[in-house]
Amino acid sequence: MTRSQLIKWVYKPIVFIVCLGPLAWLSWNALNDNLSANPIDDITKETGIWTLRFLMITLTVTPLRKISGWSQLSRFRRMVGLYAFFYGCLHFTTYIYLDKFFDLDEILKDIAKRPFITIGFAAFSIMVPLAITSTDRITKWVGGKRWQILHRLVYVSAICGVIHYLWLVKADTRRPLTYGAILAVLLGYRLWDYLRPRIARARAFSRETSILDSSQKDMPTV
Amino acid sequence: MLIKRKEDIASSEITPESLYFNRREFIRAASAFGVGLAARSIFPESLMAQDKWPKGKKGPYDTDEEVNSYKDITTYNNFYEFGTDKSDPSQNSGRFKPKPWTVKVEGEVKKPATYNLEDFIKPYKLEDRIYRMRCVEGWSLVIPWRGIPLADVIKKLEPTSKAKYVAFETIFRPDEMEGQRRPYLNWPYVEGLRMDEAMNPLTFLAVGLYGKELPNQNGAPIRLVTPWKYGFKGIKSIVKIRFVEKEPPTTWNISAPNEYGFYSNVNPDVDHPRWSQKTERRIGEFLKRKTLMFNGYAEQVASMYAGMDLKKNY
Repeated sequence: MTRSQLIKWVYKPIVFIVCLGPLAWLSWNALNDNLSANPIDDITKETGIWTLRFLMITLTVTPLRKISGWSQLSRFRRMVGLYAFFYGCLHFTTYIYLDKFFDLDEILKDIAKRPFITIGFAAFSIMVPLAITSTDRITKWVGGKRWQILHRLVYVSAICGVIHYLWLVKADTRRPLTYGAILAVLLGYRLWDYLRPRIARARAFSRETSILDSSQKDMPTV
Repeated sequence: MLIKRKEDIASSEITPESLYFNRREFIRAASAFGVGLAARSIFPESLMAQDKWPKGKKGPYDTDEEVNSYKDITTYNNFYEFGTDKSDPSQNSGRFKPKPWTVKVEGEVKKPATYNLEDFIKPYKLEDRIYRMRCVEGWSLVIPWRGIPLADVIKKLEPTSKAKYVAFETIFRPDEMEGQRRPYLNWPYVEGLRMDEAMNPLTFLAVGLYGKELPNQNGAPIRLVTPWKYGFKGIKSIVKIRFVEKEPPTTWNISAPNEYGFYSNVNPDVDHPRWSQKTERRIGEFLKRKTLMFNGYAEQVASMYAGMDLKKNY
């Protein structure tokens, strides 16, 4: 088997199944009455937290690839990204079904009135076009450059997700702030990665000009 | 359906509750003996708890709604002194020692003193009260408390005419209460009631639950119960009762004044700034139910707030 085949037929299926782990664990515990006295709340929180975790994992792929040099890593990016969307769908469904019982009027009021719902809804909505445009065909149709710009929206979605979590807790903000810190590192790396060559170029440019300046000074006057 | 209804399998079938209690009782008794503090229980030995509260005669303040299981009531708690997850109090309160215990009474009162809990309770007959408990987060339980009406205690303590409010304070023991090592709330936890609220016949000092001594996670050994207010008003593990002239500070109000007021009466028409208070999930039920004004105790308490703007005095 070539390396590419190995990824396609072995590694990817493994990752696929591992990513279903949180759902399997949650379902098992729900069916066996192992959750707390308020299982619906547990399901809401677990699906929410796993959406955020998968977003973080997705955003870790590129920095990890650049640092480790293992270019094949990017082949897993779409799958974990879609898993973030998948858990986001479960989380959103839990909310409209188990929390609001499809009361559309109440849901709309909630989205309009409650900032933490508004921003959570925004985080989820942003993921929808990204999921839709994730197939090879649509990626090609949209075009690489435009696709990349569109998919940078995932940064916004992740930021909204962290704020959603932060605005939800009553007093103990340690956990949402931890996610905020992780996200800051992941986005900070990207900023640094973007600026690094530009700064280097700017430095090189100023060095050249200063050499030119000094060489001009040293030139003997005729 | 994903969620098993409570009727399918009683949790008592899953965990033999009697074994569980025997073990707990044994550990408690053994540890009390070990440190030589075997204070006599205020509960007779014969009172064994069962997971389901027996249907029987109901007192005038009791709800006839189905009582939640002992397991639900003792594993799903908010008691930030032991951590902020619902499961933290039951998991992290094992080291907490509710015996021996003293309650200090001070302030505008004729008989300021420090009482042993046994002496503090002794003059009164213990009652069972089946109350609804509505958490500010939007869930609720039906709990059979055992204890004494606060009004009886206050009458005996004889507050002076200057006493307009009653302030309560929780014990501060960061060694035994790991949540107190973190400053996410202003420790020690403090709460308060207006004097008429404190004297209301519903207001209750609980020392027991399901006919047993109060478990640590539920606020052992003595806690306040005000069923028409959000659960956090029911201050736990009380060590100080102070009669005061001015409205005392309360912990959640200090933490977020725009979200938690002094009164914190259950009110479906006044939303929490971040979520609706119109509905609640009764633990054990699948769909949410409507939240009732004053948690269904309007008949007993509404007159105390006549003429008050409840949107302002949330």
